[in-house]
Amino acid sequence: MKRIINTEDVIPIISGLVQKACYELSDNVLDAYKDALKKEESPYSRDTLKLLIDNAEFAKKEQIACCHDTGTTVIMMEIGQEISWSGKPLIDQINEGVRIGYRDGYLRKSIVKDPLDRINTNDNTPAVVHTEVVEGDKVKITAMPKGGGSENMGSFTTMVPGEGIEGVKKFVLDTVRFAGGKTCPPIIVGVGIGGTMDYCTYMAKKALLRPIGEHNSKPLYAKLEEELLEEINNLGIGTLGMGGTVTALGVHINYFPCHITALPVAVNLQCHASRHATAEI
Amino acid sequence: MKEYRLKLPLTKEIIDNLRIGDVLYLTGNLYTARDAAHKRIENTIAEGGELPIDFKGKTIFYAGPCPTKPGRNMGSIAPTTSARMDQYVEMTFKLGMLSMIGKGDRANYVSDLCKKYGGVYLLSIGGASAMISEQVKSCEVIAYDDLGTESIKKLFVEDLRVIVGIDINGDVFQNREILKYKKN
Repeated sequence: MKRIINTEDVIPIISGLVQKACYELSDNVLDAYKDALKKEESPYSRDTLKLLIDNAEFAKKEQIACCHDTGTTVIMMEIGQEISWSGKPLIDQINEGVRIGYRDGYLRKSIVKDPLDRINTNDNTPAVVHTEVVEGDKVKITAMPKGGGSENMGSFTTMVPGEGIEGVKKFVLDTVRFAGGKTCPPIIVGVGIGGTMDYCTYMAKKALLRPIGEHNSKPLYAKLEEELLEEINNLGIGTLGMGGTVTALGVHINYFPCHITALPVAVNLQCHASRHATAEI
Repeated sequence: MKEYRLKLPLTKEIIDNLRIGDVLYLTGNLYTARDAAHKRIENTIAEGGELPIDFKGKTIFYAGPCPTKPGRNMGSIAPTTSARMDQYVEMTFKLGMLSMIGKGDRANYVSDLCKKYGGVYLLSIGGASAMISEQVKSCEVIAYDDLGTESIKKLFVEDLRVIVGIDINGDVFQNREILKYKKN
């Protein structure tokens, strides 16, 4: 039995999700800040973490953007295979939702129409949209406004398989070290290992949506996440790069089978304002 | 951690006495300019045109705010990554700017330029944008309105908290602090 959804239905959902994501950091993120505050030794970083907690609470109360960089709007959709769509093109309706959400929510418009011409589209569209077809008759929509400062410092490489775990660790650490304070730490480090070049970076981005504190279900990767987190925090970068004992709140790795010749690794960094909101139709 | 409450514009005498790690609470006028405005200023200079603002003694804030919600003075605002403006620092120092506010590390040559021109780089908190908007009491677009969030805006701020990131000796706050906590 097919379920028919009119594409128009996604407009208010997406406009609501982008606003909620920009105004309200989740309890998971706030708890991670509070946990970082307990572990942080630098007085400058501690003061800054306290101000970031105040900032998040104030933004939620006032329903205003917690961070001014309301980002590229990344929309991830899991579409049940029993769904059939009616109405105007889905992609147009998604962008209409973004347009309305950013306009009515007083969110910054940060997208230029052409990377070389650089004229602002003035409505934050188009969104970057990823879709996956899954079992069932539901649609899960996640809006993830992604700020430029952290997105700009991500990295990708394809290693030779012989470089193995040590090669992966070195690449992730080098990326975070090079990014320094530019990414607005404390960060979440999303890592994709395997797949192809495109799929690897997508996995790294999706890893950022995982709640802080949860590990990969495979022990090999969970252990790697823990080891990397410790080594990243030993870099001393601290909150906003002011020096300190907490540089990352979590390291999240996703992996996928890959070609016998390849060991692709992608790192996607998430600033302290880890914003995403999800709804199901 | 020394703390000072200071009025803007910062005078040369005050700037000479600031040292990395000092915490400042600034009250007065700031001017926003980021990538697109700097690029346009550079082009105007190259073409021999007239600049829309006099940089002498001014504090430049690398920031592009959100639109202002009705009932509030200012939309969410906080510094953007300063490193993208590194290439324009000498130009703005030559025009008379004395201090810049941003976030994050800068190229090594920026500390040399602070030493050469006797200017400072001040760190605000990236992403503390809702809170910082509370410290902005008024906002007026001065130039390049067509750039939207990237236009040059005159802001009046009260008690805006910043940390001295690079002082006139060319010392860099983050370099000093990170060494204290670095274990690998």
